[in-house]
Amino acid sequence: MNFTKTLMATLAVVMPAGLATAQGQLANDMVLVSWGGAYQESQHRAYVEPYIEMNSSVTATWDESSNEAVAKLRAMNEAGNVTWDVVDVVAADAIRLCDEGLALEINHDEFLAPAPDGTPASKDFGNLIVSDCFIPQIVYSTTFGYRTDLVGDTPPSDVCAIFDLAAYPGKRSLEKRPLNNMEWALYCDGVAKDEIYDVLATAEGQKRALAKLDTIKDDVIWWSAGADTPQLLADGEVVMGSTYNGRLFSVIEEQNQPVEILWDMQVFDLDGWIIPAGLSAEREARARDFLYFATDTQRLADQAKYISYGPARASSAPLVGNHADLGIEMAPHMPTDPNNSANTLLYNYEFWADYRDDIDATFQAWLAK
Amino acid sequence: MPTLERHERPNIAFYVPLIAATGAVLGLLVGNAQGTPLLGLLGGLLLLAALATISTLSGGQEKYWRWGIILLFVIGGVALGRVVGGIAGLAFGIFFAWFIFWLAKRRYRSKLPTYLTSGQVLWFYTFRIIVGAILVFLITPILVVLPLSFNAEDFFTFTPEMLRFDPEGYSLKHYRDFFHNPDWQQALRNSVLIAPVATLLSVGFGTLAAIGLSQPYVPFRQAIMAILISPMIVPLIISAAGMYFFYSRIGLQGTYFGVVLAHAALGIPFVIITVTATLVGFDRSLTRAAANLGANPVTTFLRIQMPLILPGVISGGLFAFITSFDEVVVVLFVGSASQQTLPWQMFTGLREQISPTILAVATILVVISILLLATVEMLRRRSERLRGISPT
Repeated sequence: MNFTKTLMATLAVVMPAGLATAQGQLANDMVLVSWGGAYQESQHRAYVEPYIEMNSSVTATWDESSNEAVAKLRAMNEAGNVTWDVVDVVAADAIRLCDEGLALEINHDEFLAPAPDGTPASKDFGNLIVSDCFIPQIVYSTTFGYRTDLVGDTPPSDVCAIFDLAAYPGKRSLEKRPLNNMEWALYCDGVAKDEIYDVLATAEGQKRALAKLDTIKDDVIWWSAGADTPQLLADGEVVMGSTYNGRLFSVIEEQNQPVEILWDMQVFDLDGWIIPAGLSAEREARARDFLYFATDTQRLADQAKYISYGPARASSAPLVGNHADLGIEMAPHMPTDPNNSANTLLYNYEFWADYRDDIDATFQAWLAK
Repeated sequence: MPTLERHERPNIAFYVPLIAATGAVLGLLVGNAQGTPLLGLLGGLLLLAALATISTLSGGQEKYWRWGIILLFVIGGVALGRVVGGIAGLAFGIFFAWFIFWLAKRRYRSKLPTYLTSGQVLWFYTFRIIVGAILVFLITPILVVLPLSFNAEDFFTFTPEMLRFDPEGYSLKHYRDFFHNPDWQQALRNSVLIAPVATLLSVGFGTLAAIGLSQPYVPFRQAIMAILISPMIVPLIISAAGMYFFYSRIGLQGTYFGVVLAHAALGIPFVIITVTATLVGFDRSLTRAAANLGANPVTTFLRIQMPLILPGVISGGLFAFITSFDEVVVVLFVGSASQQTLPWQMFTGLREQISPTILAVATILVVISILLLATVEMLRRRSERLRGISPT
């Protein structure tokens, strides 16, 4: 894309402009960028409200732009006008932003609080730190929900039920991008789990995955927003559909819809914070201060009171309690709970970083056929 | 006074198949809802063919037949679908009770000139049906939104309770959410602060530009006009991206004033076009007469020209207001989180959580728009009446 290239080229010129030098001052207005909905609400209640209670001079404004965070950060840098202070992005976006120099590289042990027993942050987060710019916050999964009243007497227990039109007739909803769908298709076409990405790296492998998806193409409703599948399930318009596990939790426990989760082959992914590059010293200091607080062991455990995503710190897991409004125990609803994670797939960041553009093009061409 | 009536045998071969076909189409719809489309089609076809033949050929009084048909459909509707079915049955019954005799007694010709050919009569009604269909197409999406906004659940779904007209299925909670949620209230406040100011700027600049450009001796009139109305022609996303980079450099990006200016730029073309249109009919000798009587140009403008072009200015202003009030693309670029307007909030809400609060807001906006347009139209008629021009 030419536009991207132009942006990146000008970026290098504009970058040093923002590096001012007032020490010890903290800015008081923070713009936090997130995804909106129940997820942003959980962040607001778990991190922002207690933080503002401690620092009454601080005001926080939410911007629900995480979906287009990469593009907007590029534009902001190009214009030399970064208006965001902390940005919530998925790990893949954090890696891209870090590679392009749009996010601040950090030393995790220096930036983040140690665990209560003194374990340094880098050990507590462990291998979830997938980029030097990324501060992990939650583990979420993309998995399937199904209508209990539309699947007959044998509810699906295996992810390959999505390709079984004979046993589960009706529409299913899948995300309108190749990620996850290609992996599920190969897995259900008989590829062993640890060979999926090797097969998917070849042109035949991609063809094979699309051929498998072809068998249900006429019965698929493609979604692009996380809210789509819950709506389609509530309508009874689809029998089953993929979405984020927190959305399914809300459909089942908060909205009382006849829906269950199919945890088999759920795909784990990470979501977390980055600090944009090029903030003034005062604003960067405020962002650091906020993130030190917001990603400590207790705060991450607190977030699980409001939404069913697993905290990214190992030390937070034992502190996960009950849902703040519903009072139900949250641990069994976490994607990381042993009962739910018998068979899972970890999203392969490196693979998708290398192959995303090619496979995207193939997938979109296939969709349009 | 006894009227002379032409007595002729009803043309069965014409109206019975037509009524039966209508019955088949509606039967197909009903059958589809019950899961048996073919049965519905056949049932509708036969039922209506039989009803049309018997009711028009048997000598009975027309009004008894009418009530009979309506009753039959209501009973059938209740048997199939309770309250909703009954209401649908009533509608169908009233329609067919009228439709059968309207066709059979050739009433479709009674209001038309007698010299029209069959083809012209057919076109007369086809045209009306097409116009009606367009209206239905435009209005239905809005009408569907209204009842859904009273949904008791958090989805865009007609629940079984709603279809049964059970009060349990309805609630005002989405309206409550709109009036109590600080995000929505902030968005409402921003919209109300931005749109009127942007409208004032658009109307001011747009009117002046239109008057200036209507003077014959302004050089490069066409070119200036083209540039001024370009925001209306250039794709919005292009203007928005351009404004973003330009406003960022001069420090207007993410400020209230920046959004107002951007919206004013989008509104100006509407004002220019409507005001230019009213100026075409403006008689220039009036301004010369005013000058001749000693008025300076400003007084001439305010007392002579302005009152005459006011309808154009007002409707241009209305368009500018609606543009700013509905605009989402430019504000996404030029605004920052603290300038979130209602459309922005609706846009993100629709993407991230399909909440019927959006429908509640949409309903409120529709009602406000209707009131606004009705008020303007009433004011316009009043002023025309006062000035002695009869409304056309």
